[in-house]
Amino acid sequence: MDELIPRTQTLIMLIFEHSKSGRRAQAQAPMADDGLSGIPDDLKRKRKPRLPEVSEMQAVRHYTRLSQKNFSIDTQFYPLGSCTMKYNPRACNTLAMLPGLINRHPLAPDSHSQGFLSTMYELQEILKEVTGMSAVSLAPMAGAQGEFAGIAMIRAYHDALGDTGRTEILVPDAAHGTNPATAVMCGYKAREIPSKADGDVDMDALEAALGPQTAGIMLTNPSTLGVFERRIKEIAGRVHEAGGLLYYDGANLNAILGRVRPGDMGFDVIHMNLHKTFSTPHGGGGPGAGPVGVSKRLQPFLPIPMVGTDGHDYHWLSEEQCPQSIGRLSAFAGNAGILLRAYVYAKMLGAEGMQRVADYSTLNANYMLKRLMDAGFTAAYPQRRATHEFIITLKNEARELGINAMDFAKRLLDYGIHAPTTYFPLLVPECFLIEPTETEAKESLDAFIDAMIKIREEARTDAKRVRGAPYTLPVRRLDDVRAARELDLRWQAEEEEERA
Amino acid sequence: MSNIPENLKYAESHEWVHDEGDGTVTVGISDHAQELLGDLVFVELPETGAKLKAGDESAVVESVKAASDVYSPVDGEVIETNELLADSPEAINEAPYDNWIFKLKLSNPVQLDELLDAAAYASLVKAEEH
Repeated sequence: MDELIPRTQTLIMLIFEHSKSGRRAQAQAPMADDGLSGIPDDLKRKRKPRLPEVSEMQAVRHYTRLSQKNFSIDTQFYPLGSCTMKYNPRACNTLAMLPGLINRHPLAPDSHSQGFLSTMYELQEILKEVTGMSAVSLAPMAGAQGEFAGIAMIRAYHDALGDTGRTEILVPDAAHGTNPATAVMCGYKAREIPSKADGDVDMDALEAALGPQTAGIMLTNPSTLGVFERRIKEIAGRVHEAGGLLYYDGANLNAILGRVRPGDMGFDVIHMNLHKTFSTPHGGGGPGAGPVGVSKRLQPFLPIPMVGTDGHDYHWLSEEQCPQSIGRLSAFAGNAGILLRAYVYAKMLGAEGMQRVADYSTLNANYMLKRLMDAGFTAAYPQRRATHEFIITLKNEARELGINAMDFAKRLLDYGIHAPTTYFPLLVPECFLIEPTETEAKESLDAFIDAMIKIREEARTDAKRVRGAPYTLPVRRLDDVRAARELDLRWQAEEEEERA
Repeated sequence: MSNIPENLKYAESHEWVHDEGDGTVTVGISDHAQELLGDLVFVELPETGAKLKAGDESAVVESVKAASDVYSPVDGEVIETNELLADSPEAINEAPYDNWIFKLKLSNPVQLDELLDAAAYASLVKAEEH
């Protein structure tokens, strides 16, 4: 088959490889003076930077072709567990890019920014309502920064009470993967708490770990096992009795949006990934938005700036009004563009729409789980109902057919489906963590399940074919080991290499 | 079924321990552990001289799938680390019981009795597989 397709062009991945010395794109609209005339000579570079020299049409074709190679939510089902790769309404982009919003200078005075400030204030209020927290700061610019802000506030709280003996943060093994790193970044020791066979936190182990050294616990509920922690109120009670605080990782907020509130479960601080749950095209590494919400006792420590109001006008709240704040996390006020998209999304959904997000994301996940189980695949927690995501283990297929989770993942690409999260969480061998989101039609869900059944068929008759996948993408099976061990992402011009 | 040598002791977190009989032990990860991790790409070794308590994070093994902590099975001081692993982490995949990670001088030798023997570790692995 392969030989029948003429190789008329080799795959060129880098614009530099199209470059020919002296080639120019001349047909450019005249540009205004760049206004950079005041730069002192000694600060100016002497040699021109090495940029690719291509015609305009080459540039257009190159980037159009690259965009066609995208395997993205705009083209394919993307059930990447714990990532909430939902479709993001175009209206969020359109409205967030209104000229009055994008042309506002970040240093514009409050009086010239009332429109923007009022939307940010309203977004704080919406997020308070939906999470059940007392106050919200929109400042953190990503999930990881939200986590950092959350634990930094827990630390600031204990410090303010002079309670400096609290050195440990408890992290259940079913928590989000970044949590232990956050605890360590904030100067704590992370202590792991095991979960039981049914996916809930092991209460005896928790009990044994709690003490005067406990600063807090980091949980996500539902957990990364795709199940709802049923004893959360008991956990909250025990941690509070021990003098610790509870941090909620918002990674899985989609499952409970408008239905259950972290504040009501007893959490003291939560970060939200607005870029997941509240509509931003993500998966390319950013930008993100990780606002934090807190209970009353942590309110003084929220990161700044926030937006306040006197009932008529809106204004920034900064060091002066928030002297105990953990401080600023960025030069301005978080990722304004992402916050605006989240605002539009929340306003379009309304309270009722948010409940439907939770309802349909869990319905879709449970539908897929049921059909996969009916087809003979193994659920990691068969006795539990799925939340917005669920785990299957392909250990039987790996043992009996010699086809592991990675082989299934790669072959799914040939079926036009992005692989789910593989080999995470680590607790489950050969696992897929599958999150369909509420935005997929039943046909997409069925197509995934049918593909899984077909791949298993292929594995029975022609295992080699599955192990060699993918066949239909710009690149075939990649050498993961070499990529990890000999990481080399920098393109170097040949001359430069010679000189080096 | 993975290989579980009779002459070693095991921790529930999948480390093996070889009693050298002179108050020191050699520690590595089990065949089952390397199999679960898949191709190793990086091993972070402990510092020589580090004083470890049983259950402390002592090393990190990173594979294409995940990074995992290696826990010290017993209390002791690190007296030697296997420098070979810095360049050849895959040695653990190839021969997990030959390619040890670190050696400890025991500070509490009775702890060795608390570790699992081969039969007990085999049933733990079996329980995990089902």
